[in-house]
Amino acid sequence: MLSIKNLQARVEEKDIIKGLNLDIKPGEVHAIMGPNGAGKSTLGNVLSGREGYEVTGGEVLFDGKNLLEMSTEERAREGLFLAFQYPVEIPGVSNMEFLKASVDAVREHRGLPAYDSVTFLKLAREKCKAVNLDQNFLKRGVNEGFSGGEKKRNEIMQMMLLEPKICILDETDSGLDIDALQVVAEGVNSQRSPERSFIVVTHYQRLLDYIVPDYVHVLANGRIVKSGGKELALELEEKGYSWIEQEGK
Amino acid sequence: MSLAFNEQAVASLKNLPAAPWLENIRASGAQVFSVTPWPNRKTENWKYTSLFALDQQAYHGAAPQVNLADDQLFAIAGLDAQRLVFVNGHFNAALSDKIDGLVCVPFSQANAEQQALIAQKLNGTFKQEQHLFGALNNAALQEGVLIHLTKNQVCKKPVQIVHVQSADAGFSSYARHVIVLEQHSEATVLEHFVSAAKIAENIHNQLTEVFVGEGAKLNHYRLHLESGSQSHFGGVHVNLAANAVFNSFQLALGGKIKRIDVVVNHQGSGAHSEINGVYLPKEKQHIDFHTCIEHAVPHCTSNEVFRGIIADQAKAVFNGRIHIHKHAQKTAAELSNKNLLLSNQAEINTKPELEIYADDVRCAHGATIAQLDEKARFYLQSRGISRQEAEVMLSFGFINELIDGIELEPVAQLLRPILAKQFISDERLARHLI
Ligand SMILES: Nc1ncnc2c1ncn2[C@@H]1O[C@H](COP(=O)(O)OP(=O)(O)O)[C@@H](O)[C@H]1O
Ligand SMILES: [Mg+2]
Repeated sequence: MLSIKNLQARVEEKDIIKGLNLDIKPGEVHAIMGPNGAGKSTLGNVLSGREGYEVTGGEVLFDGKNLLEMSTEERAREGLFLAFQYPVEIPGVSNMEFLKASVDAVREHRGLPAYDSVTFLKLAREKCKAVNLDQNFLKRGVNEGFSGGEKKRNEIMQMMLLEPKICILDETDSGLDIDALQVVAEGVNSQRSPERSFIVVTHYQRLLDYIVPDYVHVLANGRIVKSGGKELALELEEKGYSWIEQEGK
Repeated sequence: MSLAFNEQAVASLKNLPAAPWLENIRASGAQVFSVTPWPNRKTENWKYTSLFALDQQAYHGAAPQVNLADDQLFAIAGLDAQRLVFVNGHFNAALSDKIDGLVCVPFSQANAEQQALIAQKLNGTFKQEQHLFGALNNAALQEGVLIHLTKNQVCKKPVQIVHVQSADAGFSSYARHVIVLEQHSEATVLEHFVSAAKIAENIHNQLTEVFVGEGAKLNHYRLHLESGSQSHFGGVHVNLAANAVFNSFQLALGGKIKRIDVVVNHQGSGAHSEINGVYLPKEKQHIDFHTCIEHAVPHCTSNEVFRGIIADQAKAVFNGRIHIHKHAQKTAAELSNKNLLLSNQAEINTKPELEIYADDVRCAHGATIAQLDEKARFYLQSRGISRQEAEVMLSFGFINELIDGIELEPVAQLLRPILAKQFISDERLARHLI
């Protein structure tokens, strides 16, 4: 589904991703852990095609297509979804208008008819409920005045509406209390399927108790320095990252 | 060679119908207007707005009487308001409501007592020696509206004052409104300017004077939705007594030349003003907002937010003056002006102008020329929305933030599609906005 080969990328003249390899098959859940500043969010931004994140080497195939040649919106329409670590607030643009515009664009790309507004409202309300967000959030500005946890739940709601093929969740658990964490995890688990894959970026083993990964990778200094099964996360929780960073050198 | 605008204007005043009770004011206005130097680029108040184009066109045919078939140009769906309509400056009784429950009369129908009140209040909010088009308005004084609320009177229904311009040949029209709110009264007044779709270049000079008494409150709207060929020179001048409140929302599309002055005089302790404004010039239009917040006494607050989107080769001017007098301690005054330029030929001249003579005050101000937020755009694109549509949504949102704050929802609903149409050429890109 997603095959990253020797990816290298820089931001503001600084090399951040330095030869990263990762192969994700349909239905798999990969956790990526690693110290602050390792390049985890940068990876998400590069995969989404953000301006200013310059790819200097390597290739990324998404369902056999060259991902790096696509615009940000094409990647999204093809089925790549990034749940942001820090979702941005956009006052003046209502959440509802935003969601409709987004779902319309993705469905049009897939050759599906646009939802009429009544059907869509119903659907959006349903998804709100699934992540325990009050319906009033649909009327508010995009993420405007949302608490940290509400923003994260809004991300998961968008994921549910867009039905992507691969979801990158960037520290979706940070700043959540245990109840919100469970809501988010249930949301994610409900979307797991043999066709849909996940990259779950997290600092904490805690989330992985709920979203059980097939693989755990450690990203340090712009590379995957260690990979293993879910027990690797427990080991990291216990020992921290320094021993692996040593190994990586 | 035709006469210059000001000479034409003076000449045309001879055609005004007689109105004995206004003669004095007309005469003094004409006198002041004719001796006030015509602004040029060195005139500080007119630095970025040239009046040169006025001289190129004949505007002084008498404003014609025109009948409109219906209220389609200015009806606001869902708004339960009482309405007075002026077409080319003439009061149109057929399109107007019979006003209930408050004094709200055209000057042309004012009784002796009301005429006396008007005459007493006129020029109470500004000095015509310092206001060229105020002097002209005095010189041409004939029609307008008096709104008078007595002590403790609360008028729930908004009053909508409509000005429609409609004619095939150029003319100039004038109007003056006087709004008097006695102690602890409350009213909502909406000034609504529109023009017929196909219309010659005209000039409208409309000035509103507002007197908000102790503890009284005016909710005010001023919507300039005329077509881009129109010129306007006017504004709103407000006196606030102790604990009076003035809430205002103003929106103006661009015109050939539009100059709007908004002046709020905080004259009684505890007075508060809140002004939100939007300007949206495009093509070769020009708009100039000059606002002036006067804090003359202690313990008053003012909050002013203006945003503009300037498209194509349009030009906008925003001058936001805050004047805190020596004795106006404990004043809290805020001013923010943000602008979005949609093309590299668009122009904005923005200037906050602070004059503070008291030492114990809080005054925050900022003027920015913003770009669309890259983070926000990326967020929208990362959800499959095209870059173009994302930019349109963000530009819309930039203004819609202020529209969302409008208390009268029918007014917000009137404005959103106008806003979307204003700077979005491809309708498909606006389909998610309204
Ligand atoms: N937009 C940016 N501009 C400058 N530096 C950046 C930017 N984004 C990331 N970086 C730098 O890249 C490195 C990796 O950051 P990031 O990917 O956010 O790490 P992580 O998510 O693993 O904590 C850091 O040194 C960070 O300062
Ligand atoms: Mg990060």
